[in-house]
Amino acid sequence: MAQGLLRFITAGSVDDGKSTLIGRLLYDSKTIFEDQLVSIEEASAQRGTDGADLSLLTDGLRAEREQGITIDVAYRYFATPKRKFIIADAPGHIQYTRNMVTGASTADLAIILVDARAGLLEQTYRHSFITHLLGIKHMVVCVNKMDLVDWSEGRYNEIVEEFRDFSSRLDVPDIRFIPISALKGDNVVDASDKMPWYEGPTLLHDLEHVHVAADRNLQDCRFPVQYVIRPQTDAHRDFRGYAGRVAGGVFKVGDEVLALPSGISSQVTSISIGEKSVDKAFPPQSVVMTLANDIDLSRGDMLVRENNQPESAQDLDVRICWLSDQPMRPGARFELRHTSREVKAVVKEVVYKLDINTLHRMEDDLSIGMNDIARVRIRTAAPVLVDDYRRNRATGSFILVDPTTRLTVAAGVVYT
Amino acid sequence: MSDYNMSHLDELEAEGIYVLREVAAQFERPAILFSGGKDSICVTHLAKKAFAPARIPMPLVHIDTGHNFPETIQFRDDLVESLGVQLIVGSVQDLIDRGEVAEETGFNASRNKIQTPTLISTIEAHQFDACVGGARRDEEKARAKERFFSHRDDFSQWDPKNQRPELWDLYNGKHQPGEHFRVFPLNNWTELDIWNYILRENIAIPSLYFAHERRVIRRAGQILAHSDYLNLRPDEQPESLQIRFRTLGDLTITGAVESDADTLEKIVAEVAAARKTERGGRMDDKRSQSAMEDRKKEGYF
Ligand SMILES: Nc1nc2c(ncn2[C@@H]2O[C@H](COP(=O)(O)OP(=O)(O)O)[C@@H](O)[C@H]2O)c(=O)[nH]1
Repeated sequence: MAQGLLRFITAGSVDDGKSTLIGRLLYDSKTIFEDQLVSIEEASAQRGTDGADLSLLTDGLRAEREQGITIDVAYRYFATPKRKFIIADAPGHIQYTRNMVTGASTADLAIILVDARAGLLEQTYRHSFITHLLGIKHMVVCVNKMDLVDWSEGRYNEIVEEFRDFSSRLDVPDIRFIPISALKGDNVVDASDKMPWYEGPTLLHDLEHVHVAADRNLQDCRFPVQYVIRPQTDAHRDFRGYAGRVAGGVFKVGDEVLALPSGISSQVTSISIGEKSVDKAFPPQSVVMTLANDIDLSRGDMLVRENNQPESAQDLDVRICWLSDQPMRPGARFELRHTSREVKAVVKEVVYKLDINTLHRMEDDLSIGMNDIARVRIRTAAPVLVDDYRRNRATGSFILVDPTTRLTVAAGVVYT
Repeated sequence: MSDYNMSHLDELEAEGIYVLREVAAQFERPAILFSGGKDSICVTHLAKKAFAPARIPMPLVHIDTGHNFPETIQFRDDLVESLGVQLIVGSVQDLIDRGEVAEETGFNASRNKIQTPTLISTIEAHQFDACVGGARRDEEKARAKERFFSHRDDFSQWDPKNQRPELWDLYNGKHQPGEHFRVFPLNNWTELDIWNYILRENIAIPSLYFAHERRVIRRAGQILAHSDYLNLRPDEQPESLQIRFRTLGDLTITGAVESDADTLEKIVAEVAAARKTERGGRMDDKRSQSAMEDRKKEGYF
């Protein structure tokens, strides 16, 4: 079988061992190149560290090098014969919640690091909650620094128990636990001989085998039209193709489809990727479809099935994460981007703000500033075609853009 | 279920095509920066697929240092002709002639640094609001945090501390007049992905990538092509070696590797076993650890 792709996020607060863990994965999977190794050995020596400090591998921009902390999501790559991996390496501090939300938005799996000595901390709850909020279906809780608690099975079980108690409140169907030492490498790529009591797989084994294709929505046909292709060349004078990325379901040549918002029916006459014809299209493929009749269909519209339609809504009940350093102004107007559609929108009401450490709802302080997560009601100037985010991440997510600064100020997920 | 699994190359391709279509949909005057190297050839191939059966709806822009391998120029011209797209050349020599930039002198002189002002002046002259490039996040540390839609202010500067958040695949290309975006459809590809994709799609690439015999000199642990543009030190002697290039840039700074890989299959095998990152062969990054970051802030691609 061809090598697949897994996107995952690692979040951890300073000193949990996140950089060491990523360095370990890259190092043990032989992704580190000779010149990189020499360069981190030199840097380690300059800092007075013995040997190569693996955590230096993942450190990026100069400002961060100076401060010694990660402040933005960085992407790392490694591959094994089974899979290619994209790591979203996100900072874990509360003041970087928005960065973790960003990294989580495209991840299939989250690694949550827990320091075995400290046990579950506020940040553990926060990271787990963001994982849940962003609809990640798989979570691997790595209990790290097991070498510092004498590889104790008792300590590990305590942490697992405590986490299970808490996670029953989260909607994450697949949660796994692994005792590791990122520093020494135990149970990361190679099984540990220090913890014979642990019989489960190593972290890399889980990453290679976790089944994520089934997480994609293959039931509800959704095809947001991204771009209309009209060659206007002699060879293709009458060609009119609808380009886009399948956001849900399986489209086949011959299928009856319904165009929204117009409500006109048609039939799929061809599907192609580049110049190659295919007989079906599924997420997340980028394809071009042609239809049997010339209907009015353009960017922002959506092809669906008559008997399975998204909700067409102007009043949205959503969770947002505020990304901007300027607080949200009450009644402010935004441009809302949802799939390929853009509409004007206004935040009508802040229902509550979440304390993301305790998950308590705050109903008295409703001011929204950077990193805040809140439940709000939004009114749009025209209907948007949405699904519940938990059912479809592509048609249940949106961003808000400030019409004056043109910056992306919030990310949101729709609950229907 | 397994019917709906995609290989990682298919997934990367779908992502790249999606990004290119977003560019065509969101911008008024987009362009593809074409260096003649394998990455920009891959971007161009993705663009061909993204808009088929129509032509690529944006021009190719080549920033010409004047120190090119002749093979690169021939390749560029053939490709442009077969695609039927417009080619725009921004010439470093023109800027030098107009006195807008000064050429470096000395043994390590290169035109690499003055590519940046040439690119910026080309962007301004044509009022491009999006320039698609072939850069990848895995190439260099500073790039690991790069966005797909990377905002540049009206001085073409990149502000790594203040990048726009980018969530899901909802790219925000809105900007103020004079500002523009650099767009990187290959962000998530690695060098090996590129080669595997070239092999799978059977994409034509310049002959320089394949092992061939060439007159070269060795300098500071690197192998550089001997040419009229390279100033030799008194103790440097050109020699003939079986080499190939892993990246193609300005003739004077692109390092070669000794290699027998004369087919795509052999190149893929070589890259898979390689123990040096590809930019490790470029003199411009060697100048300092933060070299790339500094040039990026100035608007380098
Ligand atoms: N003993 C021990 N130390 C660890 C382990 N993992 C990380 N560390 C140390 O913990 C410190 C913080 O690790 P680092 O990876 O920089 O943490 P980050 O801030 O989460 O990226 C460093 O001194 C690491 O060497 C581990 O498994 N065992």
